[in-house]
Amino acid sequence: MNQFLSLLLNGLSLGAIYALIALGFVIIFKASEVVTFMQGSLLLLGAYLIARLSEPIGFWAAAAVGIVGTAAAAVLVERLLISRLRGAPVISLAILTIGVDLIILTEITRRIGSDILNVGHPWGGDAVSIGGVGITTNRALAIVVAGILIGAFFIAFKFSSWGIAMRAAAEDGEAAALMGIRLGWVSMVAWLVAGVLAAVAGLFATGSPTPGVTPAIWAVALAALPAAILGGLDSTGGALVGGLIIGVATAMAAGYQDQIAFLGRGFGEVVPYVVMVAVLLVRPSGLFGTRDVTRV
Amino acid sequence: MMDETHAPILEVRDLAVTYGGVVQALRGVDITVGEGSVVALLGSNGAGKTTLLRTLSGTLKLHKGRVESGEVRYRGSSLKGRDPARCVADGLVQVPEGRRIFSRLTVEENLKAGGLGAKDKSTRAPAQERVYDLFPVLADRRTQRAGLLSGGEQQMLAIGRGLMAGPKLLLLDEPSLGLAPRIIGQIGEVIREINRQGTSVLLVEQNATMALGVADTAFVLDVGKVSLQGPAVELAQSDAVQRLYLGHGAEETEAAAPRAGTRKTLARWKA
Ligand SMILES: Nc1ncnc2c1ncn2[C@@H]1O[C@H](COP(=O)(O)OP(=O)(O)OP(=O)(O)O)[C@@H](O)[C@H]1O
Ligand SMILES: [Mg+2]
Repeated sequence: MNQFLSLLLNGLSLGAIYALIALGFVIIFKASEVVTFMQGSLLLLGAYLIARLSEPIGFWAAAAVGIVGTAAAAVLVERLLISRLRGAPVISLAILTIGVDLIILTEITRRIGSDILNVGHPWGGDAVSIGGVGITTNRALAIVVAGILIGAFFIAFKFSSWGIAMRAAAEDGEAAALMGIRLGWVSMVAWLVAGVLAAVAGLFATGSPTPGVTPAIWAVALAALPAAILGGLDSTGGALVGGLIIGVATAMAAGYQDQIAFLGRGFGEVVPYVVMVAVLLVRPSGLFGTRDVTRV
Repeated sequence: MMDETHAPILEVRDLAVTYGGVVQALRGVDITVGEGSVVALLGSNGAGKTTLLRTLSGTLKLHKGRVESGEVRYRGSSLKGRDPARCVADGLVQVPEGRRIFSRLTVEENLKAGGLGAKDKSTRAPAQERVYDLFPVLADRRTQRAGLLSGGEQQMLAIGRGLMAGPKLLLLDEPSLGLAPRIIGQIGEVIREINRQGTSVLLVEQNATMALGVADTAFVLDVGKVSLQGPAVELAQSDAVQRLYLGHGAEETEAAAPRAGTRKTLARWKA
């Protein structure tokens, strides 16, 4: 039982990190109609900036610069590439983001080499115990911070002018433009938010029990992708639920790997995709994907 | 005539528009809307009515359309290169053909979206009150998803949403499309009321009976060119309009209904 609770808690924290990435993915999809594959490199960029700067300027300043820098990079991609190619086929834009992703990934990999960069989290490798269940402080903070960020996002999405503009633009871009909503502005803010979320995810994904920043953390986004899709590509709530499901499933598969050894070693790594396929077989548009409310 | 008693709020001179550099949608159009008046623009399918409104609202670019020649002056200054957001801020608001309400947003959120382009944020609350006064049915259903409204209610929402930015000139694209005669009558009343409250209106219609009943002046667009124009009452009696539009009034409303249906499906696929 205790093992189960511990896996559940750790799974939720992993899921919180996935949810941040998946949410960014969904926001960008809704606002720019782009299926983006560069979340992984944004996450890596954020973590890399924070790790490199935390020595000279301290962790908190480094975190601020890393988050702002990553958001700026995302906005730059939107302004320089995506906004100029408005109307290009969805596939072309998706492949464009893969290209940018590879460029950033290659460059940061070259810079890191075979090192493991230490991010210098003030909480280091501390652990806390919640109701007798142990979890690293880093993972516990990930749940709290992701919870606050995602909550703030949902409030803004529901009530702020930006939220209404974004939902209107996602549903009918031309009609939104006729209301005086600037589509370029909506899209730019979406990339900015996704950049912030990716950097924060990078900050926690590289903390204990993960040893530090290596190019391999880029792969966190590969697990978040199925989270977004099983939640329903265009559903922000789905991104959250999808992230948590994938996180818990991954943690469980890793924790009980002896019991499920008959499925083969390394099953944990493919769990996100197995879960996604299972969900899509039952609900092709994902758990919360759009099913229209048009009158019949 | 209208034009002599009122300074024009809108002047379209010799306007030619093409799509993708090949399709000639407008070929030398001249239209004037007097300040404070309702002007009807009639024409059959493909005549170029929507194209004219797109040119005015700055959304032509979204359709790869281009102004080849001519000039459009709104409140004395040229609209050339003005983007949709600035048009709305300047009080030039288009209510699109086929309603195009945001069906996943609530009625109230639709109105809020309509107010986002207003220049002065403090006008949003009174604008919303005005819309609810004009359309009490929207007030009753303010927290409902807009997609659940009936066709007539959706059209009212589309018009109400357009009013949220406080337009000085309201461009309405076929508001009667796919609606029952009784509802069309109500829409006509509403347009009259909006105008009475001080908004000039350019009303694009295929339903000539309603449009000519509401408008002061009218223009008939025929394959990208103005073929007839004059005071609405005179035009209603002219042979050409009788034959082309009024004679087929009943059939037209019927024919419009399935068309609205197709458009909706298309919009869904796009979304
Ligand atoms: N996006 C577009 N791309 C290319 N051609 C277009 C486009 N939109 C309209 N056209 C063409 O321009 C011409 C005028 O179309 P427009 O939509 O302005 O007509 P309309 O008078 O509004 O017709 P309806 O009553 O059917 O709405 C038509 O020949 C149409 O095929
Ligand atoms: Mg039209």
